Amino acid sequence: MTPTLRVHPIACTGHGACAELLPELIELDDWGYPIVAPGPVPPELEGHARRAVAACPTMALMLGRGAAQPVSASRRRSSKRGGVA
Amino acid sequence: MSAVPPDTLLPRLLATHDAPQPAARAARGLIDEIERSGLRGRGGALFPTAVKLRSVAARRGRRVVVVNGAEGEPMSVKDRVLLERSPHLVLDGAVAAAAAVGADTVVVAIPSARVRAHAAVDAALARRDDRPRICVAGVPDAFLSGEETALIAALEGRAPKPTLTPPRPSERGLKRRPTLVQNTETLAHIALIAGHGPEWFRALGSAAHPGSTLVTLDGCVAAPGVHEIAVGTRVGDLLERAGGLSSPARAVLLGGYHGTWVDAGRAVSLRLQDDELARRRLTFGAGVVVVLPQSACPVAEVSRVMTWLAGETAGQCGPCVHGLAAIAAEVAAVRAGRADRHALDRLRGWSGQIAGRGACHHPDGSSRFLTTALALFEPELELHRRFGACESCDAPAVLATPSARAVAA
Repeated sequence: MTPTLRVHPIACTGHGACAELLPELIELDDWGYPIVAPGPVPPELEGHARRAVAACPTMALMLGRGAAQPVSASRRRSSKRGGVA
Repeated sequence: MSAVPPDTLLPRLLATHDAPQPAARAARGLIDEIERSGLRGRGGALFPTAVKLRSVAARRGRRVVVVNGAEGEPMSVKDRVLLERSPHLVLDGAVAAAAAVGADTVVVAIPSARVRAHAAVDAALARRDDRPRICVAGVPDAFLSGEETALIAALEGRAPKPTLTPPRPSERGLKRRPTLVQNTETLAHIALIAGHGPEWFRALGSAAHPGSTLVTLDGCVAAPGVHEIAVGTRVGDLLERAGGLSSPARAVLLGGYHGTWVDAGRAVSLRLQDDELARRRLTFGAGVVVVLPQSACPVAEVSRVMTWLAGETAGQCGPCVHGLAAIAAEVAAVRAGRADRHALDRLRGWSGQIAGRGACHHPDGSSRFLTTALALFEPELELHRRFGACESCDAPAVLATPSARAVAA
């Protein structure tokens, strides 16, 4: 399954780190909040996507598998420990 | 096909139901019967009711049924009318649904300010002796109070703010129990299906869009108010039933403030059923139809509603908080003739940007309202942008924007 990027809209406070690290897939709207390109993350960008996820100060950016299933807070914590791959 | 004209099969929900009616159907088979009836939720999302019932019934643990009487949409009064006129019908439906999903508690959620609905339900409960425990709760009168996760937050004593799903209330709802949150009208339909069966339900409407539905009709019509129609009724037939127009119409708002604008002439032939509306990128929402008279100023109406929608954000998601505020300010500037020549393009861009970027559907719905308004009222918007307020700008508002709502901080 190909990974997909998702933003937790409540957790996101618009730091914008993700758009700095992954401009290929993420742009910021007029208020500084990320707009993620739809669809799966291309394999060549997966490493950059993972770095962007790790860099998010509020852990609002998520890299999930397949169908856009948002990750719950507890799984977000555990996936940070265990890595997302 | 039935040869009986649909009008003789109506009213159903709006008929007299002044006593509790024990369901004729066994609780165990009810979900199958609901499935055969083809009933879809009447809160606006039109989700198949049987699927929702099954998802709660399949969970373990103590289950709860919440009667969603929040009806935060300012132009909708159908749930209020149903609770005031026929509380037993709604409670019968809640009891039947509770039996079907195995719930031991029913919570009836009604905004605290709606004292008549509260009084009607309290009076009905005094005459009933139901097995699932039924209690009534007052919730804040806010637009988002009816959003399922926000309603649960309100019932738990928190601010009525949506949470990100999943988990859905069916998985983890009120006090973490599997919870069926069901619109008031939907429960009334469940009561009738439990009493009369799915075939009876399907005698109205079409095979794909069966049953009757409540509509709140407002604007320049002779008889505004709540009407019961067969699903798939044409807007023109609905208007005729309501005594026709009271003055020439400019546009029709379908689905309320998360709904869509359509030209008055085009609206007449539209069937009020989801697939036909969806093909035209329209929505019926929770059954709101407002006919905007030519004497009203659409720019002033849209501006007031956008300001109101911006104020009804839960304040949690950046694109909703900042986007709606910016949109409301820009539309107000257009109305006053203070906006530059890129204003309408900017509004179109923002409207597309905010959709789908919140935890709930507030930005999506607000975007629908705005996008269809920008398309339909472009001439009026452009005139206001260039020359400022028009002579109709101060006409009495057709679209209500309730102020001083008691929203918890």
